[in-house]
Amino acid sequence: MSEITQEQVAHLANLARIALTPHEIESLTSELGSIVDNVAKVSEVATPDVPATSHPIPLQNVYRDDVPGATLTTEQALAGAPDHDGSRFRVTAILGEEQ
Amino acid sequence: MAHHDHELVRLSADALAQKLASSEISAVEATQAHLDRIAAVDGEVHAFLHTAPDLSLATAAAIDQRRAAGESLHPLAGVPIAIKDVIVTNDMPTTSGSRILEGWIPPYDATVMTKLRAAGLVPIGKTNMDEFAMGSSTEHSAYGPTHNPWDLERIPGGSGGGSAAAVASFEAPLALGSDTGGSIRQPAHVTGTVGVKPTYGGVSRYGAIALASSLDQIGPVSRTVLDSALLHDVIGGHDPRDSTSLTDEWPSMADAVRRADVKGLRIGVISQLDGQGFQTGVLERFREALDVLAAAGAEIVDVSLPSLEYAIAAYYLIMPAEASSNLAKFDSVRFGLRVNPPGGGTVEDVMSATREVGFGAEAKRRIILGTYALSAGYYDAYYGSAQKVRTLVQRDFEAAFGQADVLVSPTAPTTAFKLGQNTGDPMAMYLNDIATIPANLAGIPGISVPVGLAREDGLPVGIQFLAPARHDARLYNVGGALERMLEDSWGHTLISLAPDLAPGEMTAAQEGAV
Amino acid sequence: MATAKLMDFDKALELFEPVLGFEVHVELNTKTKMFSDAPNYFGGEPNTNITPVDLGLPGSLPVVNGEAVRYSISLGLALGCSIAPSSRFARKNYFYPDLAKNYQISQYDEPIAFGGSVEVELPDGRFFTVPIERAHMEEDAGKLTHVGGATGRIQGAEYSLVDYNRAGVPLVEIVTDIIYGAEKDAPELAKAYVATIRDIVVSLGISDARMERGNLRCDANISLRPRTAPGEPPAPLGTRTETKNVNSLRSVERAIRYEIQRQAQILADGGTITQETRHWHEDTGTTSAGRPKSDADDYRYFPEPDLLPVVPSAELIDELRAALPEAPAIRRRRLKQEWGFTDLEFQDVQNAGLLVEVTDTVAAGASPQAARKWWSGEISRIANARNAEPSSLVSPTDVAALVTLIDSGALNDRLARQVLEGVIDGEGSPQEVVDARGLAVVSDDGALIAAIDDALAAQPDVLAKIKDGKVQAAGAVIGAVMKAMKGQADAARVRELVLERASAD
Repeated sequence: MSEITQEQVAHLANLARIALTPHEIESLTSELGSIVDNVAKVSEVATPDVPATSHPIPLQNVYRDDVPGATLTTEQALAGAPDHDGSRFRVTAILGEEQ
Repeated sequence: MAHHDHELVRLSADALAQKLASSEISAVEATQAHLDRIAAVDGEVHAFLHTAPDLSLATAAAIDQRRAAGESLHPLAGVPIAIKDVIVTNDMPTTSGSRILEGWIPPYDATVMTKLRAAGLVPIGKTNMDEFAMGSSTEHSAYGPTHNPWDLERIPGGSGGGSAAAVASFEAPLALGSDTGGSIRQPAHVTGTVGVKPTYGGVSRYGAIALASSLDQIGPVSRTVLDSALLHDVIGGHDPRDSTSLTDEWPSMADAVRRADVKGLRIGVISQLDGQGFQTGVLERFREALDVLAAAGAEIVDVSLPSLEYAIAAYYLIMPAEASSNLAKFDSVRFGLRVNPPGGGTVEDVMSATREVGFGAEAKRRIILGTYALSAGYYDAYYGSAQKVRTLVQRDFEAAFGQADVLVSPTAPTTAFKLGQNTGDPMAMYLNDIATIPANLAGIPGISVPVGLAREDGLPVGIQFLAPARHDARLYNVGGALERMLEDSWGHTLISLAPDLAPGEMTAAQEGAV
Repeated sequence: MATAKLMDFDKALELFEPVLGFEVHVELNTKTKMFSDAPNYFGGEPNTNITPVDLGLPGSLPVVNGEAVRYSISLGLALGCSIAPSSRFARKNYFYPDLAKNYQISQYDEPIAFGGSVEVELPDGRFFTVPIERAHMEEDAGKLTHVGGATGRIQGAEYSLVDYNRAGVPLVEIVTDIIYGAEKDAPELAKAYVATIRDIVVSLGISDARMERGNLRCDANISLRPRTAPGEPPAPLGTRTETKNVNSLRSVERAIRYEIQRQAQILADGGTITQETRHWHEDTGTTSAGRPKSDADDYRYFPEPDLLPVVPSAELIDELRAALPEAPAIRRRRLKQEWGFTDLEFQDVQNAGLLVEVTDTVAAGASPQAARKWWSGEISRIANARNAEPSSLVSPTDVAALVTLIDSGALNDRLARQVLEGVIDGEGSPQEVVDARGLAVVSDDGALIAAIDDALAAQPDVLAKIKDGKVQAAGAVIGAVMKAMKGQADAARVRELVLERASAD
């Protein structure tokens, strides 16, 4: 059975920046537990000799030439912004620091 | 007006295109007819989230002018097309079915839009979908569900229920969809229409709002196999803006339909998808179709995908993991919704409040699941293992394609279920994708073609063909051949049996159709 | 901000062994960004050099800049690294408003280069080998401006403004292995290491490497390990801090010294070091506590599904290896010889981090000695007084122009210093400052002779002494003349003329 706890879901919600309600945390804990019980079987066949596949069609060395192209205007960039000062996006005070 | 709206909207894209090319009708007439149809039936179907009649008519008028000026136009020029709202359009709002993007007008066009516009197709509106393409029923749209034109009480499939319902209800002859685990094929199955997931990388993803980057693929939605092929030929091909886009030279898919012939074709029936868990009526129609193919000279063989039971598990780890990262950009800073918590707060509080309000339950569920699967300490067991299962699924397909040119299964286990029937049980909803998911994991192309109505409920059933990567043309060959043989045996198209949504309008057309 | 108690540096070294590690971020000077075709330039108007990719708009996709990959391979080779036969991009997931997608495309378990080393020359001429763990490619973030706080810092700000012009600028992050054995040279080693990286990227031509502009940024990890008696096993490694915001060579050295002294005092007082980020404050020469590292730092790395593996061919690697410029250490030996500097002169220049400036000044036409004299003399003095990097004050071209003016006799040293100040204060090129301030040496002998005659007439006793052959007495007259000319005269010429006039009478 899954070991997912409400504390874990609360932690995941914090990592994912979603202010879940206590009710949501409760229901998600049980739903996730059930889903995880169903999907955990992947480790049964994922033996060390099996390589991982991250891309369905194997390609490599896909590069762009170093040639500048068109840019957005500031107006286009800011058009969808919830808040801006005319040239920059505005956000409320930041608690943490850059990483 | 030489043609009545109700006649025009029932034409296939190919037939409509021919009338446009011969100037028998104008693009404005064709567009207006479909706009009228939308006005008449979309109140009930709710396939569209947004239409812009003036814009569409202006686009159509420009096509008519170019044609009048003697310009050589693409064969599909002037044909209306519905666009799944997952695809960014610089002249219409793009929400991906989410509250968090309500009203957002992107400052750029998806590559497929650039191609459509270059070919002169007329975008007629944005279609409804499960929020961020997360779902199999369109019930997870923030803007309310779409209804299945065959039975308005039932789901039109998902996530691209809007595009499928739009073509099934004659609101557009063509639509664009996107398929991450079946979101084009399963809606086609439940609405009696055609949907194609191309080879991963065959159609540019640039401008398709990502659900799971390594699984997503844009593809055509239509009422006929030829129409999907014609659209595929427009949107396919290399795009330098998508690193995963293939540089292959593609053959004409439309030619594959026109030359369709299954004689000598080896068709592999996936044994794991031919029995348990599948509705009787679905299996009946499926086996009938196999008989038709065999009678036409195809060789039916049995193949096995032994890792299939792990595929769905792997999918429900990889998809949410990638989604949890792809959806992080919805943070209220550069676009979309911003929700300020009561009494204000730090930017962290604002982001969290916005995402709490802006995302629906299914989006939150998958984001949390994906965050979990990628977390330190769980990565190897979940995400890492799922990527290995992906290798096993690919090996299964490789072996199967050693025995068969194409593989075949019912597109989904059941016909359209009732709205609300599965919303309380995420796992039951997820199992609906069992037949469609493996193709996304392996990157191979798939098509769903209607094969009749299930005896017990009279609802459409689709058959799915899968081909090796880069061999999309095989799907159009077998799909086109089967469609032609079935319609010849029925004496009509399957979609002509769909209930009349606007009775006053449709009487004349129905007489000829049935 | 409370001032931390600091232990005497030598005392700290007696009790503890400093253990170091550095993460240096190098901004590449490609024409376009790492994953978009926006111009790689971020000095201009906010939010002008951006595409949907840099803004993380829904639907947009990254495409790797091939030139940035080649630059990264060259840098890896110059660091003595192996180039990975296959490397991958990964997403580093965390929310921050300057990070448009809320994940950074970086490299994680498969970096492009790994396992190298760099020879770093200490001020006394000894070499120290710094082990390089890896170098990987990634993208820069946007720029935040905090508004409403007292100091423009994040704390206390009412709101912040985001400019994404820098978002997506290509970076290579160079990560050292743990560095043992630096001992008392730790601060100097830190500075010399960063200077060496700077020299390498400049010689490769892959970065502008201006620390004051953030082209080159250093995060310094420091921990202290208690010394144990001979024969006893070594103590386990201490808890480390990571000092950020170190934006000049000089502050790299100061920050390391400060952290060693701070940590030593805490440990000696029986305290514990918190594993945290510390911010260097250039103005006060101190660090302050930032964000504690914790279990909450779960970046959920996974392979970037939108990008494909980087699999450089052996041919490409060979080609880039063959094109590598002279290694800076070898180049230094060559330059020392070419310039004819003594050991001491050369080390002065090098320790001050002025090799590039002197090289460029010589290239612009100045003599090596004159270039050395100005950079390690007056310019460094002003830089110190202003708490700035010499290179940020004046360009090598201007210094060379200044030297040319001196050589031509148009300026004397004293005037040249005034001109230099003018240039530094933004008044224009040396010639423009000369013109604007009217600082040229008076080369009109007529004006000088008039002043000399006046001075000689005012000091008849001196005149007599000169006539008696006591030439050294001329100094008093020369001084008076220079004063009368407000310094705008060539003292050597004045001396010649004084002797000439005195004997003529």
